Amino acid sequence: MSTPLHAVSAAPVGDFALRCSGLQRYLGQGDGRVHVLKGVSFEARRGQVYAIVGPSGCGKSTLLYLLGLLDQPDGGDIEINGQRMSNSDDFARTAARGAHIGFVFQFHFLMLEFTALENVMMPMRKLGRLTAPEMEARARMLLEAVGLGSKTHRLGTQLSGGEQQRVAVARALANQPSIILADEPTGNLDVKNSALVFDLLTRLAKDNGQAVILVTHNPEIAQRCDVTRPMRDGLFV
Amino acid sequence: MSPNFRIAFRFLTAKKRAMLMSLSCTVLGVGLFIVTQATTSGFEEFFVKTLLGTDGAMRIEDRIQDTLRSMEVAGSPDFQIRQREGVKYIEGVEEPQVIMDTVRSFANVRGVSAVLRGNVQVSSSFKTEDAQVFGIKLEDHRFVSELERKITTPEGLGKFQESAGSALVGRVLADRLQLTVNESIVINARGESRRYVVAAIYETGVRDIDKTRIYIDLAEARSLLRKPTGATFLQISLHDPKRARQEAAHMEEVLRHSVRPWQEREKEWLSVFRALSVSSAITVTVFTLIASLAMFNTLAMIVLEKTKDIAILRSMGYERRDITRIFLWQAAIVLAIGAIVGGVFGAAVSWGVSLVPLPINTLFKTEHFIVALSPWHFVQAITTAVVMVMIASLVPARRAARLEPGDIVRGTAQ
Ligand SMILES: Nc1ncnc2c1ncn2[C@@H]1O[C@H](COP(=O)(O)OP(=O)(O)OP(=O)(O)O)[C@@H](O)[C@H]1O
Ligand SMILES: [Mg+2]
Repeated sequence: MSTPLHAVSAAPVGDFALRCSGLQRYLGQGDGRVHVLKGVSFEARRGQVYAIVGPSGCGKSTLLYLLGLLDQPDGGDIEINGQRMSNSDDFARTAARGAHIGFVFQFHFLMLEFTALENVMMPMRKLGRLTAPEMEARARMLLEAVGLGSKTHRLGTQLSGGEQQRVAVARALANQPSIILADEPTGNLDVKNSALVFDLLTRLAKDNGQAVILVTHNPEIAQRCDVTRPMRDGLFV
Repeated sequence: MSPNFRIAFRFLTAKKRAMLMSLSCTVLGVGLFIVTQATTSGFEEFFVKTLLGTDGAMRIEDRIQDTLRSMEVAGSPDFQIRQREGVKYIEGVEEPQVIMDTVRSFANVRGVSAVLRGNVQVSSSFKTEDAQVFGIKLEDHRFVSELERKITTPEGLGKFQESAGSALVGRVLADRLQLTVNESIVINARGESRRYVVAAIYETGVRDIDKTRIYIDLAEARSLLRKPTGATFLQISLHDPKRARQEAAHMEEVLRHSVRPWQEREKEWLSVFRALSVSSAITVTVFTLIASLAMFNTLAMIVLEKTKDIAILRSMGYERRDITRIFLWQAAIVLAIGAIVGGVFGAAVSWGVSLVPLPINTLFKTEHFIVALSPWHFVQAITTAVVMVMIASLVPARRAARLEPGDIVRGTAQ
């Protein structure tokens, strides 16, 4: 495949891109308060693809939000590239999200008023590492890689659910993050496109030394990952 | 173009109805502000212009007689002011020429004219009316009033200047006496009657003036009223009439005569205008508040609709302050367009209002609504809009920035 994908590989700092230990998370208030994560520990090495599997409602998304620094744990530690993030302030967590983490949401994918290309360029614009033409070239290349090269100028509203999901995957890769967190990135995709997205993610992990952590209900995909972590009732089993 | 501005612009254009809503509020707010200011100050300015054009910026009237007490403290102005009640005034100006020469040495003085006034009766072949003669020297008086420009038959002015036996009569008085130019009148003062030719008829638009005043030559007035020296008052015009109070105080000190600035002379009417502008300011304030409430509402709505986008942006590394800026940019864009369109709208409506017929002929003369558009009104309107819109948008913008991405994606954000 074309080289720009591999070009700006993050220099490895130790073996682990991400570590967490003893993560606790309660959700809800009062009587509705639920102990969702009951002390989850997990680590992800560079260049590896991880699958988190488990029944619906066991806490997979909740865990992913914590790892993606979108939410704060009630207990436990999170380390991103060797830096402890669980106690850091909003500013530091936001900066880490922009520079090190690519996130694919389970349900809402795109900013619908923007085109596919603009969506993919959005994180690059914030990070500001590339010039505008470089950003556009990279965004086009990523959209090409997820099979949407011909639909770069479609608005979010003019794309199917599966297409939106693929744009979201391309966007998560935009800033060449060392950690990619994807909540069922192939949930809406047919066999061919599932394979396309999965192959892209695994290839990136191998070539760029990125850690890929994905949640999936698809046993075939889970099986092809380097590590599969089954989860039940807020704990890995 | 900053990424935040780009996002703000797209959010805004995607929500056309909400944007038009807050835009029209801003346009109306700015426009109405300008119109009210223009009309209120239009009438006031016109009134001031009329009164400056008729009775001048100030008048020197009575001589201050030094009483024993005030003589003791001469040179200590503070004390003198406190003793005002003890000061005696002697009616009129006894040595007008001396005073006028001194007055002319003040830098701000544009002109000074001695006026001798007396109550008379005036008769035409038709009837007799009470009136006042104002003895003036036209070459002095043209610098302190707009009388010249108020003459309905301009060529009559030359005749007035040439012949001591001619008079300028006000429009209302002329109508009452059924007089036209070149007819003669008889003026009766102190039992003596003299005949004058009506050189011209003037119309200041101030009814009280137009129905009583007859202008004749000063020398002629002296002989008619049997006051060979002195003047009733000196009328003064200034280059900068706004400084009349300060100049008056200064002159009083120097000339030992009472000097009344126009602000004091027309206190009653000026306070009516002040009350009027306060009441219109209240109207405008209320309207601006309502407009900014609408602005607040639309922006809060956009924030609610955009929470998911906020979560996505935050997940990509956009900071809280980026989110704040995205929403403030939206307000700023609305504000910029609203200020421009509102300014044009305000100017257009003011112009339209100035065409509304409204005949007034008492305090001043006009056929239409009077508006005075000044750049200052635009500055005021736009500043108010900026302050209001920024306050109205700050709250929703900050609320948007405080949202936790985790709460948003779980749907538990409030
Ligand atoms: N706001 C909330 N208050 C209380 N409980 C909640 C709240 N949000 C989620 N939960 C509970 O937390 C648990 C974990 O939810 P989570 O979304 O992490 O599940 P998941 O493993 O991702 O499921 P799925 O496979 O269906 O996506 C669920 O049992 C859910 O009912
Ligand atoms: Mg989930």
